[in-house]
Amino acid sequence: MASQLVMYEEEFHKINAVCDRLTKDANAKVVFLVDKNGQLISAAGQTQHIDTTSLASLTAGNVAAMGGLAKLIGENEFPNQFHEGAKDSLYMTIVGSRVVLVVIFDNRTSLGLVRLRIKKASDELSKIFEALSRRAEAPGAGSPFAEISDADIDNLFSE
Amino acid sequence: MSFINYSSREINCKIVYYGPGLCGKTTNLQYIYNKTNPETKGKLISLSTETDRTLFFDFLPLSLGEIRGFKTRFHLYTVPGQVFYDASRKLILKGVDGVVFVADSQVERMEANIESMENLRVNLAEQGYDLNKVPFCIQYNKRDLPNAVSVEELRKVLNPRNVPDFQAVAPTGVGVFDTLKAVAKLVLTELRKGGQG
Repeated sequence: MASQLVMYEEEFHKINAVCDRLTKDANAKVVFLVDKNGQLISAAGQTQHIDTTSLASLTAGNVAAMGGLAKLIGENEFPNQFHEGAKDSLYMTIVGSRVVLVVIFDNRTSLGLVRLRIKKASDELSKIFEALSRRAEAPGAGSPFAEISDADIDNLFSE
Repeated sequence: MSFINYSSREINCKIVYYGPGLCGKTTNLQYIYNKTNPETKGKLISLSTETDRTLFFDFLPLSLGEIRGFKTRFHLYTVPGQVFYDASRKLILKGVDGVVFVADSQVERMEANIESMENLRVNLAEQGYDLNKVPFCIQYNKRDLPNAVSVEELRKVLNPRNVPDFQAVAPTGVGVFDTLKAVAKLVLTELRKGGQG
């Protein structure tokens, strides 16, 4: 079973910075980082008109389905996916077999440039996530919820 | 597998509604969607066939409020109940924090309930989870139908471990929120233990 994903302030800022830079460098509309279980980690660019929560969950569903297909034909996974639309296109890359980097772009840029920039961002993100998992495994990194009481939980459901 | 973000002070958990085809998993989510405040919920996404059978999953994000300064969000998913969608069902269990088994109370669906429960156990095990250890609730749905089996009987067959169970009529909402609250509580209690989700 995969361990819980815990995000700390320092890594969170680094991740956001990578996503912001990728948006600019690739001339993309939006960049998302989604964990494979469907949780949105970071979003950069023109996210105002996008339902980011739904996007994260559908991305994870899509990656999971393609992963299932890959295994059926003897591949481990399909690390890159490209979907071309009439106006906007979407590129997905699996990073560190744990998270998915999603880039949405239009004809102001090119697939080649997007792929090139993703490669670099993906390497940087891999390193950050390695550091994160080391940190989560370190002794003393217990659950932040260790101190919550039954009353805290009950309060959530009192109407 | 929950996601805790210290920076944005959020905690996200995943709950999956499991059960045989046409037992009312999607109806549970639809009722929750219709009855919650717009500011606490996101869009209900249904990936279904033309005849409204779930093809891949339904998804509903829900905010429950704050615990000690952390916003708690629950992502509710349903699986496709039909037997031949097993490959898709497995995928949706990835990273699950809590499971609700929706049983169809009708006598002619007893076998389907048992088969689906066994399928849940096997599919969870494939993902590295033990059904006896994950936060788990059972809902006996369709209690209003004349051919419903007695609750005692359903309990005997489906709930030998005596996990929290609820009677429900999902289209009218009977038991729907009770079930959700119970599983959410179990998930949060598990988090407190710092368990492996």
